[in-house]
Amino acid sequence: MSRKLNLRIFRGNSTDGGLVDVTVEALEGEVILDVIHRVQADQMNDLAVRWNCKAGKCGSCSMEINGKPRLACMTRVASFDEGETVTITPLRAFPVIRDLVTDVSFNYKKAMEVRAYEHPADIKPGEARMQQIDVERSQEFRKCIECFLCQDTCHVIRDHEENKKSFAGPRFFIRIAELDMHPLDTLRNRKQTAQEEHGLGMCNITKCCTEVCPEGIHITDNAIIPMKERVVDVKYDPLRWLGSVIRKRDGIL
Amino acid sequence: MNISMGRYNYDVVVVGAGGAGLRAAVEAREAGLSVAIICKSLFGKAHTVMAEGGVSASMGNVNSDDNWMVHFRDTMRGGKFLSHYRMAELHAKEAPDRVWELETWGALFDRTEEGKISQRNFGGHEYPRLAHVGDRTGLELIRTMQQKIVALQQKDGREHGDPEKFIKVFAELTVTEILKENGKVSGIYGYWRESGEEVLFSAPAVVMATGGIGKTFKITSNSWEGTGDGHALALKAGGRLKDMEFIQFHPTGMVWPPSVRGLLVTESVRGDGGVLTNSDGIRFMFNYIPDVFKDKYADNEPEADRWYADQANNRRPPELLPRDEVARAINAEVKAGRGSPHGGVFLDVSKRLPADVIKKKLPSMWHQFYELAGVDITKEAMEVGPTCHYVMGGVDVDPDTAAAIGVPGLFAAGEVAGGMHGSNRLGGNSLSDLLVFGRRAGIGAAAYVKSAEPNPVSDASIAQAQEKIAKPFTQSGGENAYTLHHELQELTQSLVGIIRTKVELEEALVKIAELRERIAKVSVTGGREFNPGFHLSFDLDNMLLVAESTAIAGLTREESRGGHTRNDFPEMNPVWRQVNLVCTYDGSKVNVQKTPLPTMPKDLFDLFDIHELEKYLTPEEITKGGIN
Repeated sequence: MSRKLNLRIFRGNSTDGGLVDVTVEALEGEVILDVIHRVQADQMNDLAVRWNCKAGKCGSCSMEINGKPRLACMTRVASFDEGETVTITPLRAFPVIRDLVTDVSFNYKKAMEVRAYEHPADIKPGEARMQQIDVERSQEFRKCIECFLCQDTCHVIRDHEENKKSFAGPRFFIRIAELDMHPLDTLRNRKQTAQEEHGLGMCNITKCCTEVCPEGIHITDNAIIPMKERVVDVKYDPLRWLGSVIRKRDGIL
Repeated sequence: MNISMGRYNYDVVVVGAGGAGLRAAVEAREAGLSVAIICKSLFGKAHTVMAEGGVSASMGNVNSDDNWMVHFRDTMRGGKFLSHYRMAELHAKEAPDRVWELETWGALFDRTEEGKISQRNFGGHEYPRLAHVGDRTGLELIRTMQQKIVALQQKDGREHGDPEKFIKVFAELTVTEILKENGKVSGIYGYWRESGEEVLFSAPAVVMATGGIGKTFKITSNSWEGTGDGHALALKAGGRLKDMEFIQFHPTGMVWPPSVRGLLVTESVRGDGGVLTNSDGIRFMFNYIPDVFKDKYADNEPEADRWYADQANNRRPPELLPRDEVARAINAEVKAGRGSPHGGVFLDVSKRLPADVIKKKLPSMWHQFYELAGVDITKEAMEVGPTCHYVMGGVDVDPDTAAAIGVPGLFAAGEVAGGMHGSNRLGGNSLSDLLVFGRRAGIGAAAYVKSAEPNPVSDASIAQAQEKIAKPFTQSGGENAYTLHHELQELTQSLVGIIRTKVELEEALVKIAELRERIAKVSVTGGREFNPGFHLSFDLDNMLLVAESTAIAGLTREESRGGHTRNDFPEMNPVWRQVNLVCTYDGSKVNVQKTPLPTMPKDLFDLFDIHELEKYLTPEEITKGGIN
């Protein structure tokens, strides 16, 4: 069982390029990445596409399919109607290198800005005891495969290059939340730095990030909103504010 | 064409950014050295992310009877006593420390009731031993180490003003050559995949951590990166590959739809209660328990089912036999006409566990089948069949330092190194292998660098490396790399696959020699910038050397053992257990020679029941015992 699929693929680089129409055979059960590979093997040997596992586990084949940020390996051809033309373009929030490959180094820079996990000095290897229920909150965020679809779709930076400097993006808000909720991490001011250094305040919780997450992580509800709420608590609740000043601790956050 | 070339100097260059490479990099940096980490794809995407089930370490959190000696025995048994005893010993002894160490770097494993790291059952492991995070343990491992690298960089930033001063990640860079001067490693040469620009790294020590070779085969669980680069580069640099005939076909890969054929279905499905059945609905694994395992595996369903709740008084279900046994059994069922509609067998967990437990314990599997095959594994059976998963063979190394034998300055760890797993790897022993030997390679490289003399790269070596990269662009009229790759995969799959014969292996070697000539003439269209056809032309060369090594070693070993099954020599032969087959490359073809396996020392020998050893060793070896 095979069918013809019409694709419109972006070819070019950051300065020059356009959409090119191709028709390709699609076999039963195939995903968009399969047909892109077929185009590459038979029609455009030098078509640039980034991919690795082809199983939705590594987050490499992120691109925009009919304008929606998606993993090409998890988008089934069968989800498109016969005769429909599927438009495939590179992630819009990042500079194009060539064809479907973008420069995602922004994300690695932001990763470097989030202060790493700090283990308690008095808990030696093998001595840690944590309950499953306590690790599960952070585990949800550690499911992140770093496909950066949430970063791509986030309107704070999608068409606003100028915001990139002061905004870490949803992927790194869940990283901060993960560390904040980590039962053992000793760095106590995670939420404040999210607000003050990573631009948490610029997020106005439209949940676009949650919608595109291929891992189904509740980015907005479980990471961003709880952090925002508690930042607000401390900032505007006079008693908490006083407590945080007098006792020089933000552990109550 | 004038190609610009970047130049870098480091103490240690780590090629490969999976678990082994990152662990080596951490160790070398902590020893005070400067380290370059090179990855073929983006940082954090290495094939380690695909590991599902867990990391084996005898922490004894779930069953306190477990200890390194039991783990050592299981590993030797799983590898059919062909593992290098010293590697298996170091691995079993050090794995728990390596797992606990990850926790101090922020890893969050699933927990036991007491709050310790939870451990699950897996094929070939006597006790629950695999630390895990659902079925995404590899992701946790690589992310933890990726974040540890960032932590080291942040520390360097605070202390030295530049986070990348002593440890830097070079992503999307392909290495085309290990450079040598005066018989020793002097660096590596490669190109940026993005721009096609060339790069020279001068370094006294190079750690190969490039992973596996799966893309040599048609049906594989490996990503595009598994093209045997490190295997081939080491071979070309004068290194030796051993045990290349042993390829692990994971028993359970997806078989349908065609586009995901080969994609891994984790062994945890069986560890957590999933059973294998044929088209008659029979749990066929009871018919495939080899004599050597009869005392450890249940021969009836009631006992097998009781084992999940009471492991002390029941034998294990045969679905949890080592991977080679299960893969051969599935192969035989399909051949006998008792397969599933798409040429596999059925793996069913839906009748064994409640839906919510399945989704919690096996979330990626549920997702994978639901999204890609339209199968809900909480309601129906999966169809599975063998898929090329792992190569036991690899660079011949010194067990303690991971130094490659015959190439001073070269180190190898993880899947690219040989010896640890013998003829068959146990599930879960790969992630622990990465950690244990990645660290040892880092220590080994650091010690080597501290006593190494300067060994600058010569202009002649650079010119030679440049010529090689330019070659596919200068030849016109040659074939396209995709076609040749396809042919190589068909060839290995049909002639060097799960069941082998002399005639087929000989035919494979003839065809490989033909392919070599055609691959040498491959031509590339387009430019150097992010050009996959160009990239594949180098991968092809590597895969060809791997396929040749596997075919020639497979032809030489006239017995069946672990990941090497010969239809014409179906039995395991204790005489063959006494040798490793070692491959070298003379510039035009791969040569193979038998080298004696080192004899186990007495203290390790005595860990085994003599009756068990009698199944594997020759009578003379039994009489002799271990060496003092």
